[in-house]
Amino acid sequence: MSKQPVKKKKDEVGTTGHSWDGIEELNNPMPRWWLWTFYGCVIWALIYTVLYPAWPLVNGATAGLLGKSTRADVAAEIVRFEDANAAIKAKLVETELPDIAKDPELLSYAQNAGGAVFRTWCAQCHGAGAQGAQAAGYPSLLDDSWLWGGTIEEIHTTISYGIRHNDDSRFGDMLAFGRDELLTEDEVAQVVAYVQKISDQEHDAALAAPGETIYMDNCASCHMEDGKGEISVGAPNLTDAIWLYGGDDVTLTETIWNGRGGVMPPRGGAPESAVDEAMVRAVSTYVHGLGGGVQSE
Amino acid sequence: MWDYAKIALVGLVALCAAIAANYARDAAYLVHAIIIMLASGVAFVWLVRQIDEPKAVAETTGYMDGVVRYGVIATSFWGVVGFLAGTFIAFQLAFPVLNFEWAQGYANFGRLRPLHTSAVIFAFGGNALIATSFYVVQRTSAARLWGGNLAWFVFWGYNLFIVLAATGYLLGATQSKEYAEPEWYVDIWLTIVWVAYLAVFLGTILKRQEKHIYVANWFYLSFIVTVAMLHLVNNLSLPVSIFGAKSVQLFSGVQDAMTQWWYGHNAVGFFLTAGFLGMMYYFVPKQAERPVFSYKLSIIHFWALIFLYIWAGPHHLHYTALPDWAATLGMVFSIMLWMPSWGGMINGLMTLSGAWDKLRTDPIIRMMVVSIGFYGMSTFEGPMMSIKAVNSLSHYTDWTIGHVHSGALGWNGMITFGALYFLVPKLWNRERLYSLAAVNWHFWLATIGIVLYAASMWVTGIMEGLMWREVDANGFLVNSFADTVAAKFPMYVVRGLGGVMYLTGAIIMVVNLWLTATRGEPKAAAAPIAAPAE
Repeated sequence: MSKQPVKKKKDEVGTTGHSWDGIEELNNPMPRWWLWTFYGCVIWALIYTVLYPAWPLVNGATAGLLGKSTRADVAAEIVRFEDANAAIKAKLVETELPDIAKDPELLSYAQNAGGAVFRTWCAQCHGAGAQGAQAAGYPSLLDDSWLWGGTIEEIHTTISYGIRHNDDSRFGDMLAFGRDELLTEDEVAQVVAYVQKISDQEHDAALAAPGETIYMDNCASCHMEDGKGEISVGAPNLTDAIWLYGGDDVTLTETIWNGRGGVMPPRGGAPESAVDEAMVRAVSTYVHGLGGGVQSE
Repeated sequence: MWDYAKIALVGLVALCAAIAANYARDAAYLVHAIIIMLASGVAFVWLVRQIDEPKAVAETTGYMDGVVRYGVIATSFWGVVGFLAGTFIAFQLAFPVLNFEWAQGYANFGRLRPLHTSAVIFAFGGNALIATSFYVVQRTSAARLWGGNLAWFVFWGYNLFIVLAATGYLLGATQSKEYAEPEWYVDIWLTIVWVAYLAVFLGTILKRQEKHIYVANWFYLSFIVTVAMLHLVNNLSLPVSIFGAKSVQLFSGVQDAMTQWWYGHNAVGFFLTAGFLGMMYYFVPKQAERPVFSYKLSIIHFWALIFLYIWAGPHHLHYTALPDWAATLGMVFSIMLWMPSWGGMINGLMTLSGAWDKLRTDPIIRMMVVSIGFYGMSTFEGPMMSIKAVNSLSHYTDWTIGHVHSGALGWNGMITFGALYFLVPKLWNRERLYSLAAVNWHFWLATIGIVLYAASMWVTGIMEGLMWREVDANGFLVNSFADTVAAKFPMYVVRGLGGVMYLTGAIIMVVNLWLTATRGEPKAAAAPIAAPAE
């Protein structure tokens, strides 16, 4: 820092005469544009508070000359869309599920609405593209391998009741064969090998042979003798390349040892006020139309 | 006698902390009790060792700069810690795998985020404010700090508060109030420290030898007083147990939210704006060697700023359970705040008129100018974002994060760097900084880093705001939340890189300051550091 005293550079306006540690203050007026913009903001603020709800009084606050209310605005907007959609929503509820696809206008509405519901309530687990997440046991909804059935009625039931949520529908567990000592460690390894055999994977043939007997005694009641599963109890097909949790040694052992019981809340956890019957039907239509939907009988 | 009382008090605190550790109901409380026990134990031993030493004659003249030196070191240290934490969590958002499985519950984003915000605002910013205010109030009052070693208590006490806050976050002790996360006993401790801070500052002003109080001190004082008020009201809570960290807030629902954002907004207003304007009002004229542009402007914008700021909090709660009338008031007071905020910018920039040539040669001035520029930009952006129509787009998006960082990195960070570059040669009695070229590097790294940060957050913020509100003809949402997260990825990487640049600049600064203090050329003539009688 140079030691040159500041005083010698005094501007025309002069200073206030104070000096603190060498700092002086000039006597410049406030810039006019600054002052007038400030006044302008204050005036605008006053006008705004007259037009809109602003000043608190003893009971409530001034409503403002324009009578605006954000709550009323939102309510009006919701009513506007509800009115606009009321007729087609009613039609969606009345139409038999398989017939929705026969009405192009209804189908288009159901798929749009269903897509929105899906992205809001289902995407957290099944993914925004419905691709699922195998590590967590969230099935892909894009293929035609269905745990609980792929007709639109079956999908509708699944979404309405959820999975393993109550005793009305969609219950049934994969038992914890190892943990509950239904099978020994060796037997689990054998049945793992057998499952890998019927799913055309590399496997230990020596283990798979005894595994078949164990499979028939313990697993075939749900997964069927041919291993193709049974949708009435949510037992997955074990012969294809599609796995809910995974088809490798470690995952299969984990599955058989500890059992599985993935859950889905009804309507993806949405309250009925947010996802009503029409919206359940819409999202059923959407999921059915993702590519793997099965034609109703 | 007083010495013995101090020893007894500190010993008692250590004992109580040991008992508290024994009965602790949760990990955070246990660790904190042990920290307090150790800290008071060290103080106890130190005091006992002092007791029969021949008393050095207590200094009563000259400026008290030891505590400012420690403050400068603490500011630099916490700055790097805070920037590092921020950069890391920026990359955690871009690459979630950095939320390591083995560190879940300690070093995941949720735990580190308050660590970052508190480290930069309270540890870096707070130490900078305390250190500079102690420096400035002595110079501009021509008086030594009041209260003797009380200033040391403020420094060590405040940094103990920071350690307690930071370890508490990692161990999960939080009130879940943004920028007011520390739990009840940490709040009580900060209250004690803050009262001591106010006493030191006010005591020094009262014994000043100058007739008038310099404008920087008005701002510092308003910062200290208002933060005390905010802290007390927003932290009203009832501990669940005297031996546990958890407490229950006194307010609930929308009243609690409104109190929180009255606090939160004025933490920005008085901690990050008023306090740092105090810094600006001293260091800019000193570094530029020019008089302050307008005395009148400084008075008017000071009073307008502190009167208007305190009402602007509701704009954080637009379109929530908050009644319309409160939102309106929050919005119009924010708009009225625009010019009072800019008063500081005008006074800072116009102070440089007649010294613009220094921009070419003095990277410290350049830093200060950029700082004031970002101050002006973010104090325009803030009122704009408080307008309900704008807020309905910007709220909850990254735009807010970008806004905060153009203020924090640009304004608070850069003015603090400028002050540190000014202070270190003075405090360690050096002729000049070790390297001006390094300051230049710091300047460009920090400036480009901020631009990358702010620009990427504008892009993601506006993009996600538009994606969230997009509805189709039937009124149904078009995008899922996960779509918006995925779309932000590239900009998150850019933001992280901006953070890396800013952090690198700060590390260069720390090295430069270290070399200045240890290897710089000593000042030729003895500097007149004794209190000038004027």
